[in-house]
Amino acid sequence: MSTETTQTTEVKQPAEALLSKRRKNFITDPLVDNNPITIQVLGICSALAVTTQMQPTLVMAISVIFVMVMANLTISLLRNTIPSRVRIIVQLAVVATLVTLVNEILKAFAFDMYKELSVFIGLIITNCIVMGRLEAFALGNKPYDSILDGFGSALGYSWIILAVAFFRELLGSGSVFGVPVYETISGLFGEEFSLATNGLMVSPVGAFIILGLIIWVQRTKTGYVEH
Amino acid sequence: MELFSLAIKSIFIDNMVFAYFLGMCSFLAVSKKVSTALGLGAAVIFVLTVTAPTNWLLNEFVLKEGALTWLGESFATIDLSFLRFIMFIAIIAAMVQLVEMVVEKFAPALYGALGIFLPLIAVNCAILGGSLFMATRDYTLAEAAVYGFGSGVGFFLAIVALAAIREKLKYSNVPNGLKGLGITMLITGLMGIAFMSFMGIDL
Repeated sequence: MSTETTQTTEVKQPAEALLSKRRKNFITDPLVDNNPITIQVLGICSALAVTTQMQPTLVMAISVIFVMVMANLTISLLRNTIPSRVRIIVQLAVVATLVTLVNEILKAFAFDMYKELSVFIGLIITNCIVMGRLEAFALGNKPYDSILDGFGSALGYSWIILAVAFFRELLGSGSVFGVPVYETISGLFGEEFSLATNGLMVSPVGAFIILGLIIWVQRTKTGYVEH
Repeated sequence: MELFSLAIKSIFIDNMVFAYFLGMCSFLAVSKKVSTALGLGAAVIFVLTVTAPTNWLLNEFVLKEGALTWLGESFATIDLSFLRFIMFIAIIAAMVQLVEMVVEKFAPALYGALGIFLPLIAVNCAILGGSLFMATRDYTLAEAAVYGFGSGVGFFLAIVALAAIREKLKYSNVPNGLKGLGITMLITGLMGIAFMSFMGIDL
């Protein structure tokens, strides 16, 4: 008797649209206004080392997107069963498992890329964005929202490292995605248009300076000031 | 002598921060004051010096291909190296927990100053990176210990130097968009150029 009454009084909420405005914000917000790298200062660790060329950077970006979406989903599904005292260890275990998966897949299907990225795929484990989003979002939100949030943050991270890689490869090696740009220009317009590559861009120093300048441009546009 | 040159190499030439971008998160976040930077740097030296040899033992006797031979002939073909990430990070997390307890007991002021960044050493890429580099470069046990210590000292030098510069920076007029992270990245780049002068030194 009592169970019947509770069933009838339950008001059916209309299901939220698959991409409602609130959910779209999960994806668009980290792209510019709340970018994990330029605003929140997270995940710079493993990001810059791979950005000398576009191709490994793209692989890195895809790996991070995969790891973040899956980790956010897993932790979100487990969020009610994880005791808060051991949550860091649980999160690390989940992330490490996913990264191992990515590592083994790369080793099997793209061995050259695996050699080139070497330890940096492993360092996704300690990428602060992953841990940060797990801690700040996935532990307290539903699975679908967490997937979107992870995807958004990973996308915000990806476009920044791709932008850094674009400038570093163009200025440092004179090419984009391995396609020679400088040579083509000097081939089209004659020898006097031959451009010199800047060796500094290939070294770590180039990454710091390019990222610093990107941050400057981006923060000037959004008007964000750090105190 | 070999060990000494390895130490010099890992401190200056292969500096964790300037050559491999490792440990950037805490490098940027905890470098506002020299005193906290000193504390974090010391903690990183300690954790790296302990975890590198520990993980070396783990890698040599459990994870590597054929490492389990000491258990018997039938174990000789087992290759557990795909478990490397999980095992290394577990060791590191345990060590950091240990350091946290020691610091809380003996230096409560430092414990308060380091705050959230002490547990976050567990996810400091410099620590995991040190262990992974050590494993891929086939060091011996002594080399692993020296490499761990050297990398830690390299990180310590970098973070203390940056903190000193940032303390002075408070009195300069930085453009709004560059304040904070932007100018710090540029400074790090310039410091990187300074450290590049060590490149090519053959010990």
